[in-house]
Amino acid sequence: MKEFDPGEAPSIASIADKVRVLPVGMPVASIHFLGDTAVFVGAEENAAMANKAGEVSKVAIHGGAILCAVSDGKRIITGGDDGKVVALNAKGEPSVLATDAKRRWIDNVALHPDGAFAWSAGKTAFVRSGKGDEKSFDAPTTVGGLAFAPKGLRVAVAHYNGVTLWFPNMAAKPEFLEWAGSHLGVTFSPDNKFLVTAMHEPALHGWRLADNRHMRMSGYPGRVRSMSWSVGGKGLATSGADTVIIWPFTSKDGPMGKEPAMLAPLQARVSMVACHPKQDIMAAGYSDGTVLIVRLEDGAEILVRRNGSEAVSALAWNAKGTLLALGTEDGDAGILEF
Amino acid sequence: MSEPSSQKIPVTVLTGYLGAGKTTLLNRILSENHGKKYAVIVNEFGEIGIDNDLIIGADEEVFEMNNGCVCCTVRGDLVRIMDGLMKRKGKFDAIIVETTGLADPAPVAQTFFVDEDVQKNARLDAVVTVADAKWLSDRLKDAPEAKNQIAFADVIVLNKTDLVSKPELAEVEARIRGINPYAKLHRTERCKVALTDVLERGAFDLDRILEIEPEFLDAGDGQDHHHDHDHHHGHDHHHDHGHSHGGLKHYHDEDMQSLSLRSDKPLDPTRFMPWLQNLVATEGQKILRSKGILAFADDDDRYVFQGVHMMLEGDHQRKWKDGEERQSRVVFIGRELPEQAIREGFESCIVT
Repeated sequence: MKEFDPGEAPSIASIADKVRVLPVGMPVASIHFLGDTAVFVGAEENAAMANKAGEVSKVAIHGGAILCAVSDGKRIITGGDDGKVVALNAKGEPSVLATDAKRRWIDNVALHPDGAFAWSAGKTAFVRSGKGDEKSFDAPTTVGGLAFAPKGLRVAVAHYNGVTLWFPNMAAKPEFLEWAGSHLGVTFSPDNKFLVTAMHEPALHGWRLADNRHMRMSGYPGRVRSMSWSVGGKGLATSGADTVIIWPFTSKDGPMGKEPAMLAPLQARVSMVACHPKQDIMAAGYSDGTVLIVRLEDGAEILVRRNGSEAVSALAWNAKGTLLALGTEDGDAGILEF
Repeated sequence: MSEPSSQKIPVTVLTGYLGAGKTTLLNRILSENHGKKYAVIVNEFGEIGIDNDLIIGADEEVFEMNNGCVCCTVRGDLVRIMDGLMKRKGKFDAIIVETTGLADPAPVAQTFFVDEDVQKNARLDAVVTVADAKWLSDRLKDAPEAKNQIAFADVIVLNKTDLVSKPELAEVEARIRGINPYAKLHRTERCKVALTDVLERGAFDLDRILEIEPEFLDAGDGQDHHHDHDHHHGHDHHHDHGHSHGGLKHYHDEDMQSLSLRSDKPLDPTRFMPWLQNLVATEGQKILRSKGILAFADDDDRYVFQGVHMMLEGDHQRKWKDGEERQSRVVFIGRELPEQAIREGFESCIVT
C-alpha cells in the first residue's frame, strides 16, 4: 500500500492539517449539507449534525440500518430497514413521511426540486407530490435505483434488465429502456439529455434520451458505487477504479466513442467522488482512507486526508463550495473550510 | 480490503422441498438458547413464529451476469440484502438464507462467489437440505428441484422419520445416497437435530476439506449397515442398481450421480489444472458440486479445491504429514456426467 510521504512526493501539496476532526462516533454512510450544517448520516439509526463551530449533535432517525439518503439542501430524506421514510430538517427535527405497510426495507429515495419525493420498497416505487398526492408504480423486478428528471415530474426507476421512465401524473404508458443485467444506481445528466445507470457488474450503462441510443461505459475493476456530475454537467466522475474515471458529456453524443479522463491514480480503489458545485475541481476518497482534491483540467492534486483507515464512505460539498465534509466506514469524520 | 475468512459472517443456505420442514428447523434454530443472533432471509414472511427485527423478506430474483457465462446466475436480491445487512454488522453472528421449496440452490451459492462485496463480508458455510422421509422418494421421481437440493447439499436433515417404517427409511436413504453419498445425513423427527450439526459446518472452507469419503448410514439403530470400504477404492462410483451389500441398498439415480476419481500416483499440476478448468467451463452446467484433495508431483503441500458449477476455488492447504498417504481424490456430483471422458481426462493428468 502506498504511503503518503511528503518527503518522497514533494509535488503534492497537503492541507490535511486544516481538516477539523469531528467526533461523530459511527460509520458514515453519506453526508449532506443543510446550509452550512454538515449532516453525517450513519450506517444505522442516527444522523450527526455538525455546525460551523464543530459542535456535533446526534439525532435518532431510524430504528435500524439507514439504507439510503438524499437531500435538496433544505431537508434530508432517508429510508431504513425499519420500513420508514424519514425527513430531517435543518433544525434537526426528524419526521416520518411514510411507513411501509409490510415493514419492507426502503431501498431507495429521491427528491424533486419542487418538493415531491419518491421511495421504493421491493418492486414498488412510490411518489408523493408536494401537494401530498401519492402514486405508485410496480416495476417488473426489485427497484435498484430511483432518480427524478431535472425537468417535469418524471422518475427513472432502475431494475433488472433496464430502466423504466415513469410519469406519475400522466396516464401515458411508462417508457422502458432495455439493457440486460442488474441496474443499481441511476442518474440524469443535469441537462436532461442523458440517463446513466451503475450496474451490478463493474460498468455503467447510458442512454441518450433523444433517441435511446446506448452508451456502454466499462473497464472498471470494481462496481461503481459513487457518481457525481461536474459543474454544468460537463463530465460524470465515478468511483470503482484506482483512478477517478470521468466520462465526457460535453458533446451531443456524450461519451460515445470517447475515452474517459483518468485522474488521481493511487494504489487504492476510489470509493467516493464529489464534484465541486461551482468550480472544475472535485474531491475523491479512496479505499485506504485517502482524500484528494483534484483539478479536473490537469489532474493536479491536493492532499486532504492521509491513508491509514477504512474506506472513505462519504464526501460532500456545501452549496457554496466553501466547505468539504468527509466520513469513513470506521467512523472517522472531518470538515474542511476553504 | 478483504477480511480474513474467520471474520466473515457465515451464511447457511437452508433448502428443502415444500412441506419438508424448513420452517420447523428455522424456528428451532431461532428459539434455541444458544446465545447467538441470526439474521434470517426468508421467502415468506409470517411463517416464522419468532419476533426478530433481522428477519428479511426476499424475492428470489435471479439474474444472469453479463459475462457470457450461462452458469453465472446470482440472486440479485441477496446482493442488495447483504449490502443492507452489512450496515448492521456486529448486531448478528450469522445469516441463514431460506429458499423456496422449488428453488435451485446454485444461484444462492454462486452469489457468495461472484459478488465482490458479498464475498468481502460473508462466506458460505453450508447448504443444508431438509428432506421429508415419507415423500422424498416420490419427489425425486417427479420434481427435479428436489433432486437438485439433495445433490447440492452438504448436510441433509431427513425429517419425519417417525412417519415411515424402517424398510421405507432404508429405501429413502439409499435413494439419497444414490445421488449424493458425501453429505452428512441426520435422521430427525420434527427437525430435532443438534444445531452444531447444521450450523458452522465450514463446508466451503478449503481448510476444512480433510477427507473425501462417502458417508454411509451408521449402524446406530441396530441394523447391520456395515459396508466394506474396499468397495470404494479405485475408481468407484455409485452405480449399483438396487442391489445390496450387507443390508445396505444402493440405487443408481437415472440422471443425477456422483463420480469419484482417485490416484495413488501424483498428478501433474500443469496438466490437471487446465483439464479441470476446461472441464468445468464446458460441462459446468451439469456439474453441481466438485471437490478434491490433490497430491501434485514435486509438491509437499496438499492442494484442495471445491466448486459450484463453473466456479472453482482452490489453494495449497497444508504440508502432507509424515506417513500420510499421498493420494489424490476428486469427486463430482452432477447430472448426466460424461463419465468416460472425465475418467480419461483425469487419467491423463497422472504422472507416469
